[in-house]
Amino acid sequence: MNFRANTENAGEWLRGAGPLADVVISSRVRLARNLAGLPFVAKANRRQRYEVLESCRSQILAKPLSANTLFVHLNDATALDRQLLVERHLISRQHGASKNDVPRAVAVGSEETFAIMVNEEDHLRIQVLRSGMQLDDAFGQINGIDDMLEEKLEYAYSRRFGYLTACPTNVGTGIRVSVMLHLPALQLTGEIDKVKRAARDMHLAVRGMFGEGSDAQGDLYQVSNQTTLGKSEEEILADFGQTVVPQIVNYERQARQALVRDRGPQLDDKIWRAWGTLTHARVISTKEVLSLLSHVRLGVNLGRIEGIDIRTLNELFLLIQPAHLQRLSEEEMNPAARRIARARLIRQRLGG
Amino acid sequence: MNQKCDECDRPATHHGVDVVDGQKIPVHLCDQHAAEHGLTGKTPHMPIAELLNSFVQKHSGGDSTPRVAENLTCESCGATFAEFRDNSLLGCADCYTAFEGPLSPLMERAHEGGTHHAGKVPRRAGVGERRQVALRQLRRRLDDAVQSEDYEVAAQLRDEIDGLVG
Repeated sequence: MNFRANTENAGEWLRGAGPLADVVISSRVRLARNLAGLPFVAKANRRQRYEVLESCRSQILAKPLSANTLFVHLNDATALDRQLLVERHLISRQHGASKNDVPRAVAVGSEETFAIMVNEEDHLRIQVLRSGMQLDDAFGQINGIDDMLEEKLEYAYSRRFGYLTACPTNVGTGIRVSVMLHLPALQLTGEIDKVKRAARDMHLAVRGMFGEGSDAQGDLYQVSNQTTLGKSEEEILADFGQTVVPQIVNYERQARQALVRDRGPQLDDKIWRAWGTLTHARVISTKEVLSLLSHVRLGVNLGRIEGIDIRTLNELFLLIQPAHLQRLSEEEMNPAARRIARARLIRQRLGG
Repeated sequence: MNQKCDECDRPATHHGVDVVDGQKIPVHLCDQHAAEHGLTGKTPHMPIAELLNSFVQKHSGGDSTPRVAENLTCESCGATFAEFRDNSLLGCADCYTAFEGPLSPLMERAHEGGTHHAGKVPRRAGVGERRQVALRQLRRRLDDAVQSEDYEVAAQLRDEIDGLVG
């Protein structure tokens, strides 16, 4: 696997551009698909799992899905490479876990705009990532990929239940639409819990940066649909993209304005202290960095601090993670050494 | 005093020791963070697990439904409903038919009342299949239009449905 070339940069989705980019970091659409006539991954035996892997591999590589599609067998990949893929959101934690000995793979498209996991919970998990609010574009691309794969692969499908998935929470369209939101002001004003409750009432899942079971480090939240049966893809996208996301974005923007209006000095203090620590610390943990980056990012978006490229900040959210840090430093490091290297990297990137 | 989780305010249920540079550092984590740190198995699917729990509780008052459901077995792959209850995963496509009885109400609740697919149809499923889904979508939109007394749209949808049925 050769991610060395692009470890230094983040994928297209962290560009910090796109509609509503002050709040919406990225948009993601994922489709779950299974091959007809074979048990789902958990129940499949070794031979069947290899059969799935090979059928999917040959069809993915036979199709012009991107200029240069990389196919990575995860069982042969090093722990560091797998962790790198997890940090870049190209595979799930479960797919990257070292104890997972299922023959499995991921196909990654040029610019990392799509990734196809093979033999995760379902035979195929196709995902498309975009920066900012670009769900419709993302859906357009993923629908095309799905059509191309379907030319040769016969999917498990029923008239009543639609695309059949290992977990019935994904059945029907098999679609999961999600956005990663940066919500520091709602966090600071304490209104985030209200938003979470409202989102749950609307049958949406609210999770941390790394999906299921992860907490919201850096005030980054993933919001996604839960209902996949009984609505079309277009309806799900419309509900989400035209109603839910704009509403949350509005709440966050209002909370930001309220902070500027009512607690300006305290807000500036938070932002500038964060900047001070990031540019001067010599030993620093991931958790602390994420929280400080969040405040600086808020400061940049509100124009309270100038001359900092939002892309540099977005990239740091990624590059300070353990596997990236080790890849950039070209050496394996224990947590203590990583904290030192992390502080150095941040000072370099932010010019401290 | 109850020890709190190192990463949140929930009570810690997993306790251990990390060794960093020869120094012992005690670790206390709640279920969720322990799962995240890979100390316990993979994180469960919350929604379906919650639904299953309430389902079982609802039916535990002398009703024999869960017992019967537990013993259901899928003939294609050998999966049992009890296995599904444990890990929220079905064994194969045929499990949807084999477990339809106990599964249907769960799915309906997990999908806001959705019981039938209304989205994309694989090309291989054939023209008839796609028409079925299109009809179902149109009829649902027709219901909505009538509900909101949007008769112009309703008439238009009715025409489209007639066109497909004709």
